[in-house]
Amino acid sequence: MDTVNETSASGNAKRSGFKYRLGVFFADIYKIHLFIVRFFKEAFVPPFEFKEVIRQCYEVGVRSFTLITVTGFIVGLIFTKQSRPSLATFGANSWLPSLVSIAIMRALAPLVTALIASGKVGSSIGAELGSMRVTEQIDAMEVSGTKPFKFLVCTRVLATTITIPLLATYTAFIGLLGGYLNVSMYEGTSYTTFMQQVFQPLVYLDFTAALIKSTVFGFTIGIVGCYQGYYSTKGTEGVGKAANGAVVTAMFLVFIEEIVIVQIVNNFR
Amino acid sequence: MEKQKVQIDHKDTVIKIRGLKKSFEDYAVLRGIDLDLYQGENLVVLGRSGTGKSVLIKLISGLLTPDRGTIEVLGKDVTKISDKELQELRIRIGFSFQNSALYDSMTVRKNLEFPLVRNRKNITRAEIDTAVETVLDAVGLSQTINQMPAELSGGQRKRIGIARTLILNPEIMLYDEPTAGLDPITCIEINDLINEVQQRYKTSSIIITHDLTCAKTTGDRIAMLLDGQFQRIGTFEEVFNTNDERVKPFFDYNFIQ
Repeated sequence: MDTVNETSASGNAKRSGFKYRLGVFFADIYKIHLFIVRFFKEAFVPPFEFKEVIRQCYEVGVRSFTLITVTGFIVGLIFTKQSRPSLATFGANSWLPSLVSIAIMRALAPLVTALIASGKVGSSIGAELGSMRVTEQIDAMEVSGTKPFKFLVCTRVLATTITIPLLATYTAFIGLLGGYLNVSMYEGTSYTTFMQQVFQPLVYLDFTAALIKSTVFGFTIGIVGCYQGYYSTKGTEGVGKAANGAVVTAMFLVFIEEIVIVQIVNNFR
Repeated sequence: MEKQKVQIDHKDTVIKIRGLKKSFEDYAVLRGIDLDLYQGENLVVLGRSGTGKSVLIKLISGLLTPDRGTIEVLGKDVTKISDKELQELRIRIGFSFQNSALYDSMTVRKNLEFPLVRNRKNITRAEIDTAVETVLDAVGLSQTINQMPAELSGGQRKRIGIARTLILNPEIMLYDEPTAGLDPITCIEINDLINEVQQRYKTSSIIITHDLTCAKTTGDRIAMLLDGQFQRIGTFEEVFNTNDERVKPFFDYNFIQ
C-alpha cells in the first residue's frame, strides 16, 4: 500500500508542478485555437442552422435585457453626476453632454454590455453545454446523426456575435437617457438640445469602433462559454467549473481586447 | 415475460470487430477484442465496472477512436470512413445511453422529433406526429408526450431514450447499462422492452450490463469481458458453467448463492 501511496503522491506532485501547469496552459491555448478554427470551418458551410441561431439570439437578448437596461441607465446617470463637479470647476457644465456621449460611445456601452453578457450569457452557455456534456446529451446528439458542434457551438457563437453589438447600441441609448435625466434635472436642458450636443463630438469612427469592439466581445464571450462547456469533464463539479471559467476568462479577455482595440483605433484618429 | 425464439442469421454479420485495442493514457482498457454480432441477435457484454464495456460500444458508434484494430458495422469500417459516411451510418444505429441522455430543455415530443427532423429533410408534420405516437406506443408511454424529462421517473426516462433511438428505425441497437439504477420491477419491464424491440423492429443488439438477470432474459449470447479481452462467449449456461474464479463470483453475487 505504501508503494501505491508514494507513487500517487509523486504523480500528484508532477501534476501540480510548474512544468506540468505550463504544459497544460499551452495545450489549452492550442485547443482553443483548434476550437476557433473549427468554428470558422463549420459555421459558414451548409446546411445552415438559421432557426437555431435566431432562437439563440432571442435567448441571449432576453437573458441580458433587463440587467443591461438597469445597468446602462445607472452607469449613464452616475457618470454624468460624478463628472459634473470637475467640469463645474472650470465653468464647463455645457460640455457635459459631449463628455457623456464620448465616454459612453467609445468605452462604457461596449464594455458594460460585454461584462454583463459575460456574467449572464457566458456562464449560462458554459453551464448548459457543460451539463449536456456530462449527461451525454452531446454524445446522444452525435450518434443520432446531428453534428453537435454545428448545432450547439456555431449557433451560440453566432448569436452572441450578432446580439451583443445590438445590446451595446441599446446600452448606449439607455446610458445617454440616464445622462439626460441628470442633466435635465440640474441644468433644465431640453431633450433635443441634449441630443444635439451628444452627437456633436462624435465621429463616424466612434460608431464603427464601438460596433467592431462589441462584435469582438460577443465572439469572445460565445467562444469562451462554448469552449468551457463543450470540453467540460468531471461530472457536476465540471459544470460549475465550466460556468465559472466562462465568466472569468471572458471578462479577462474582454479587458485585454479593449486595450488592444483602443490602441489600434487611436492610430486612425 | 419469457423470451420468444428469434430467427438469427449466422451468415449475416452486422458487426465484425477484429484486434480492437484502446488505452487511456497508460491504462489499456481493451487489449485485442474480436467479436461478431449476427443479424437479429441480442448479444450481452458482461463485465465488471471499468472493464471497458461502455468504451466498446462508444468505439462501435464512432464516439471514440481505437488505437488499433478494425470495427466493421453494416459492412463499413468505422475507423476508415469519412465524417459524412459515419453520420449516415449512425442513423442506422440506435444508442441507448446509461443515463438516457434526454435533452433537458425539450419536452418528450421534441426529444423524439429531434432525430427525425434532423435526418429526414422532406418529412411532413403528419408523418412526424405518426412516428412519435408509434414509438411512444411501442414503449408504453403515450401519456408522457408533453412532459419534460425532469418530470419522468428513471424507468420512464430509459423507455423514452429507447423510443428516441427507435424513431429512426435502426438496424442495430446499442444499450449501455439499460437496467442500471432501476428497481427490480422496472428492470423486468426494460428487459421485456429490449426483447420486444428485437422482435418488432428486427434489430441486432449489443447490451452492456453487469446485471445477470438482464443478461439471461435478453441475451441470445453472452460475452464475458475480463482483463480487456473476451474470455468466454456463448449461451448463458455455456458462459457460467465454469470453475473460473473470475467468472463464478459474478454469478454467485447476482443470484445470491
